[in-house]
Amino acid sequence: MNANIARNICQRNTPRTGSSDAHAVRKWARAGGVLCAGVLLASCREGVLDPRGPVGQAERVILFDATTIMLAVVVPVIILTLAFAWWFRADNRRATYRPDWEYSGTIELIVWAIPALVILFLGGIAWIGSHELDPPKPLVSDTSPLEVEVVSLDWQWLFIYPRERIATVNRLVVPTGVPVHFRLTSTSVMNSFFIPQLGSQIYTMPGMTTQLNLQADQAGTYPGISAQFSGPGFSDMRFTLVADSSEKFATWVAEVRTHGGVLDSASFAQLARPTRGGGDLTYGTLADDPFGMVAQDHMATLWSPKEAL
Amino acid sequence: MFGKLSWSAVPFDQPIIMGTCGTIVAVLLGLSILIKAKGWWPYLWSEWITSVDHKRIGVMYMSLGLVMLVRGFADAIMMRSQLALAAGHALGYLPPEHYDQIFTAHGTIMIFFVAMPFVVGLMNFAVPLQLGVRDVAFPVLNSVSFWLTAAGVALVNLSLFVGEFARTGWLAYPPLSELAYSPGVGVDYYLWSLQLSGVGTLLSGINLTTTLLKLRAPGMGYLRMPIFCWTALASNLLIVAAFPVLTATFGMLLLDRYCDFHFFTNELGGNPMMYVNLIWIWGHPEVYILILPAFGVFSEVVATFSGKPLFGYRSMVAATMGICILSFLVWLHHFFTMGAGANVNGFFGIMTMVIAVPTGVKVFNWLFTLYGGRVRFTVPIYWTLGFIVTFVIGGMTGVLMAIPPADFVLHNSLFLIAHFHNVAIGGVVFGAMAGYTYWFPKAFGFKLNERLGKATFWCWFIGFYLAFMPLYALGLMGATRRMQHYPDTHWQPLMLVALAGAVVILIGIALTVVQLAVSIRDRRANRDETGDPWNARTLEWSMPSPPPVWNFSVLPRVARTDAYWEMKKDGVPRRGLPVSFAALHLPRNTPVGIFMAFFAVILGFALIWRIEWLAAAGLIGAIAVALRESWKTDREEVVSAQQVAAFERAHGTPEYYLAPAGDFDGSLEIGHDSRRVRVATEGES
Repeated sequence: MNANIARNICQRNTPRTGSSDAHAVRKWARAGGVLCAGVLLASCREGVLDPRGPVGQAERVILFDATTIMLAVVVPVIILTLAFAWWFRADNRRATYRPDWEYSGTIELIVWAIPALVILFLGGIAWIGSHELDPPKPLVSDTSPLEVEVVSLDWQWLFIYPRERIATVNRLVVPTGVPVHFRLTSTSVMNSFFIPQLGSQIYTMPGMTTQLNLQADQAGTYPGISAQFSGPGFSDMRFTLVADSSEKFATWVAEVRTHGGVLDSASFAQLARPTRGGGDLTYGTLADDPFGMVAQDHMATLWSPKEAL
Repeated sequence: MFGKLSWSAVPFDQPIIMGTCGTIVAVLLGLSILIKAKGWWPYLWSEWITSVDHKRIGVMYMSLGLVMLVRGFADAIMMRSQLALAAGHALGYLPPEHYDQIFTAHGTIMIFFVAMPFVVGLMNFAVPLQLGVRDVAFPVLNSVSFWLTAAGVALVNLSLFVGEFARTGWLAYPPLSELAYSPGVGVDYYLWSLQLSGVGTLLSGINLTTTLLKLRAPGMGYLRMPIFCWTALASNLLIVAAFPVLTATFGMLLLDRYCDFHFFTNELGGNPMMYVNLIWIWGHPEVYILILPAFGVFSEVVATFSGKPLFGYRSMVAATMGICILSFLVWLHHFFTMGAGANVNGFFGIMTMVIAVPTGVKVFNWLFTLYGGRVRFTVPIYWTLGFIVTFVIGGMTGVLMAIPPADFVLHNSLFLIAHFHNVAIGGVVFGAMAGYTYWFPKAFGFKLNERLGKATFWCWFIGFYLAFMPLYALGLMGATRRMQHYPDTHWQPLMLVALAGAVVILIGIALTVVQLAVSIRDRRANRDETGDPWNARTLEWSMPSPPPVWNFSVLPRVARTDAYWEMKKDGVPRRGLPVSFAALHLPRNTPVGIFMAFFAVILGFALIWRIEWLAAAGLIGAIAVALRESWKTDREEVVSAQQVAAFERAHGTPEYYLAPAGDFDGSLEIGHDSRRVRVATEGES
């Protein structure tokens, strides 16, 4: 119920017309959910409730559907709790006191059946959703996916484009409407690669490779973060996703190839040193296969944070 | 000589830490002076510190939890104020090196040293009384368990003064917690304090499980146990099954850190994800170790204050044991984002949701217990109603995150933080507060102040919603946990609301202390003369408040659930005197617990700072103390028949207990002879 309203508000907000925002706020405030309303509205303009790709959109549908189904049970339970407690208050002489009423087979059946049915339904969503939205599962598309290899460093993100033979740091550029197939690993500690507006996150783990498929449908700049604590530079371990048309993407690739630096073992070692709040970098030439080297743990780096002692 | 320890280990340059240390030292010093001046020390030593009485140990657990709640909450306030400040280009007042220790300490303290002592304390106090027995199965071990928990507390607090605490998050995932990335002593403080308290918890779990399985009043079959005892049984079975996993996992990480092993390192075949699996195989049952006894408290409270039996008792038992078993089948939902594959994620997602079925049944049964009742709006029922309303919301967001694709966008976000505080505060804290208010008159013989209790409730209730509803929204907006600062300034208003909520909760905690002080001042007016101030249902209310050290002079006979309620059906049962009085043998108080804890702290501290000779001294000391206790022969003291008779003449025993055993099925006298605290044969008429 609330989720439907939230969805309506979200959809109304996406065109980003200021006056309808204000109108919605006033309407909600009157409806009573003062805090909730502000919060819901705010959370619709960014993050996972404002998806810009098919994965995030499918996940938002699941969020709303599951919440709606559960609210159908949760809201009545809350109301009944307060209503029962109030009506059966000790000084209400109109309420019937039934001091020995402790069992009813019918009610027992119902109270086991209600959560069981809800869970049967949600379990279906979970099972199908796990398979449909499994991170390594390729997205359905006419265009072949862009390959990107992601290496989490301390505390920066390295993005390697193996087919284009270029690499970037802290700035991921992708064409719109084209699926992106990520392979991910880490040089040292665990991180989680997450672009809230595109959907699914996935861990990056040392010596291991994970996969993820995402797609940006609308041009724009979206924040990306690490969602797994990884040490003192964690809060600045942010990157920017830039989604633009395929033509502009091709131009950008050509530009990086001509102007970018060289990513070889020496520059990688330099890059992999602990860095807080590092800026964007581009590499127009790749020596060897840096991702493969890291994933097989040949370039694992150690850092030693300044001890407080 | 002193390993890694030197004066530089004391953070003299950190005003916040030194200020805190100064305050703690001043408080401890002031307390010592007060105790010395008032001459309280002999009383404290002989009546509390060395006590093996389960009621006293339960009270000490609760007190420890309350003290550590203040410490853990200080961390919470610092985190909330840091995040209220550190928006945009602002970096707040806590650098990452300090902030990371604070959130690690907050999580560790709140789970291990606040929630666990509250829950174990309530079980320690109430279970033997509800079972109608004279003590737990192993009273001396009980004292050792408590003091080992206190040893863990001592080490955690020591890390504030000397060295540092872990900066890894409360579960210390490797490889971040390995020596390569956490070379300081912080992770060692974390590991050793939790190893010590973990052993204490395991021993306590064994003790209470044995008590519940082997020591029950004559006639109390399993399906006549009060529901709180059932939840305690489930919780302690989980402790026995899960805590060895924690100890072993930490043991492996310690071997990595101390002996250059490679269980969880990046190199030489180590795999950090093994740790993540193992820690959650402990970690998810731990959630139910905490919440099940809270469910038990709510069940007792809702039945008592509705003046009705618990609705669907057998369903509740089945639900409790169902949760107990299912809790071991869901651990992977803590890391769906590892990329384990659709079938694995789907399985664990569904298993997680299945737990919502028995939990939902419990909620409905509480509802139908209210239905047809005469609900008295006392403080415990406030906590219970607040719990139901809050917990169903937390349960809903939990089931939401059990759907793997939903978790892919919510994992590790502030939404998750809001979810588990929703169930931890709305469930465990509310349950602990309800239990504390409910059993306080039994423990001390007077009720807590009602008005201040309600004020405390409203502070926690409103404070919770203010503090955590914004976090749900922030999580959806893409805010992740453990951020020390964030660039999005429009998150700041929500962070400020959350801070305000934390301040409201702080007022609630302060009111708890005020309530205690005021209630002690007014204790004569609020005295519980009857032993049954709430008109309750279970055996503990059949005895005077506070009960004598030996609990029951005459062991109660139990013919059905809600034993005391049945006795009261025809009015308050008359109290009579048994034909003869028997002397009682009680286990003698012993300082073995605190001595072992003392040496354990030395051992832990020496291992943390790599001081070999001191570690050896601590280990030998602890073993020597344990051996000395084991070889003691004079371990019991006798409460003479005259003493028992004098107490009984003053209070009497419900005549029901004195009835001839004719109408009573003797086959249910389980473990009667093996009771440690036994009735001696010599009698006095």
